[in-house]
Amino acid sequence: MPSIPALAASGLSKRYGDVLAVGGVSFEVAPGEIVGLLGPNGAGKTTIISMVLGVLEPSAGRILIQGKDIAARRSEALERTNFAAVYAPLPGNLTVRENLRVFGLLYGAPRLKRRIEDLLDGFDLRKFADSKAGFLSSGEQTRLGLAKALINEPSLLLLDEPTASLDPATAREIRSKIREFVRRGGAGVLWTSHNMHEVAEVCDRALFLSRGQILLEGDPRRLPSQHGKANLEELFIAVAREPLSLEAA
Amino acid sequence: MNPRRVFAVVLRQLYLMKGSASRLLPIFVWVAVDMALWGFLTRYLSAVAVSRVSFSVVFLGAIFFWDVFNRIMVGVSMAFFEDVWSRNFLNFFSTPLSVSEYLAGLILTSLAAGGAGIAVMLALGSAAFGFSISNYGLAAGPFLITMVLFGVALGTTAAAMVLRLGPAAEWFAWAMPAVLSPFAGVFYPVSLLPGWMRFFSKFLPPSYVFEALRRIVGGQRPGVAGLAAGGALAVVDVLLAGAFFAWVWRYAMKTGLLARYSAESVS
Repeated sequence: MPSIPALAASGLSKRYGDVLAVGGVSFEVAPGEIVGLLGPNGAGKTTIISMVLGVLEPSAGRILIQGKDIAARRSEALERTNFAAVYAPLPGNLTVRENLRVFGLLYGAPRLKRRIEDLLDGFDLRKFADSKAGFLSSGEQTRLGLAKALINEPSLLLLDEPTASLDPATAREIRSKIREFVRRGGAGVLWTSHNMHEVAEVCDRALFLSRGQILLEGDPRRLPSQHGKANLEELFIAVAREPLSLEAA
Repeated sequence: MNPRRVFAVVLRQLYLMKGSASRLLPIFVWVAVDMALWGFLTRYLSAVAVSRVSFSVVFLGAIFFWDVFNRIMVGVSMAFFEDVWSRNFLNFFSTPLSVSEYLAGLILTSLAAGGAGIAVMLALGSAAFGFSISNYGLAAGPFLITMVLFGVALGTTAAAMVLRLGPAAEWFAWAMPAVLSPFAGVFYPVSLLPGWMRFFSKFLPPSYVFEALRRIVGGQRPGVAGLAAGGALAVVDVLLAGAFFAWVWRYAMKTGLLARYSAESVS
């Protein structure tokens, strides 16, 4: 029996007045798969992530998280989802441990006390456990956001530029932790990044978005040669500057 | 409604209050100042007036029940503003938390904080000015319930307005009680008001409470019909405020306001 996708989006659209931010996008993320959602600024990546997170209502289309329709069974669908994004820092006026406890309760994380201790160790946050999150450096806050994102051991993990504010060594470590989490728990991951080396290293599949539509899809290590480009970065620039030429190809 | 998620919302607020003098002091300071100010005024009036009316029962009772409403309303609004100030909507509403659970958490937080303030007010009023809530007999129960419900309704409405209009609209929350007090007849009978003001008074649950309070002071029964009308109006107000918040929340979901909520993204 085929496994239920971690995420299935079909005909997903978002319109703001006359502006079409996302136009009829369909894609799936399988359990254990890391899918890169790529595209230039304004392509619709964050809009798609907001719709999957249930904080933005689609104009049309359907989102199923582990087979549960987010429009009809919001709480159930979001219980096994989590996210981390640079633009959504955790409340700075709570300590690291308090933040993890509050969000652990909201997500219904089992064995919460033990889970928090594991995450404090796993993300090297133990020495900041009783510090206010607002006093952490941006890299430490990113690690806290990722710890929060794993607190409920989600089946679907949404990561919006998760390593954007990290130094290369920490970024590599974080990538390895996320891959380990996926390998161990079989979660599906939707990962946006502007770091094409990271995408090539981490993602099993990449979706290139342009003007709210999926323009290209495939293995990020093979896509460049399939479209006559030397590497993923060149392909990205082509998508950003000349999407029509790629559509024609 | 999931109690664990409601508890998480309350816990977040308790964490904020824990060890924060700037959050804890306002719970007690304003009610203590009100009780002291009106307590000394009633003592002065009692000394100079020839009337046999108990000014303590009239004025301290009025300020006590008005502060019950005020503290509950401010409690709900402040708990909501904490999420506005820390830009926490995206984090909170991308969890399984529902709107009703979130509101329930804000209301429970407000009841706990407001309850502590009310207890201080009662203790100070009793010790310093001989004020006792038992002066109002069994009517004190409906008085309290009506004022608490109205506080919840107005606090929820203020939160919805700030969600819709942005943090700059916070002043609505601070101005609402002051704007409503002349219509509610806190310190004088509603019959003194001009016709157009009396019309609005009919829709305010506190006006029924304060009318009943003055009847008790005058040696009459509080009037079951008036109390029932005030209580029923307060229940309707809570339901309307909840529906208004839910409507604004759906609007914010449709327009992207919830996803982008910050001081910069809304007017």
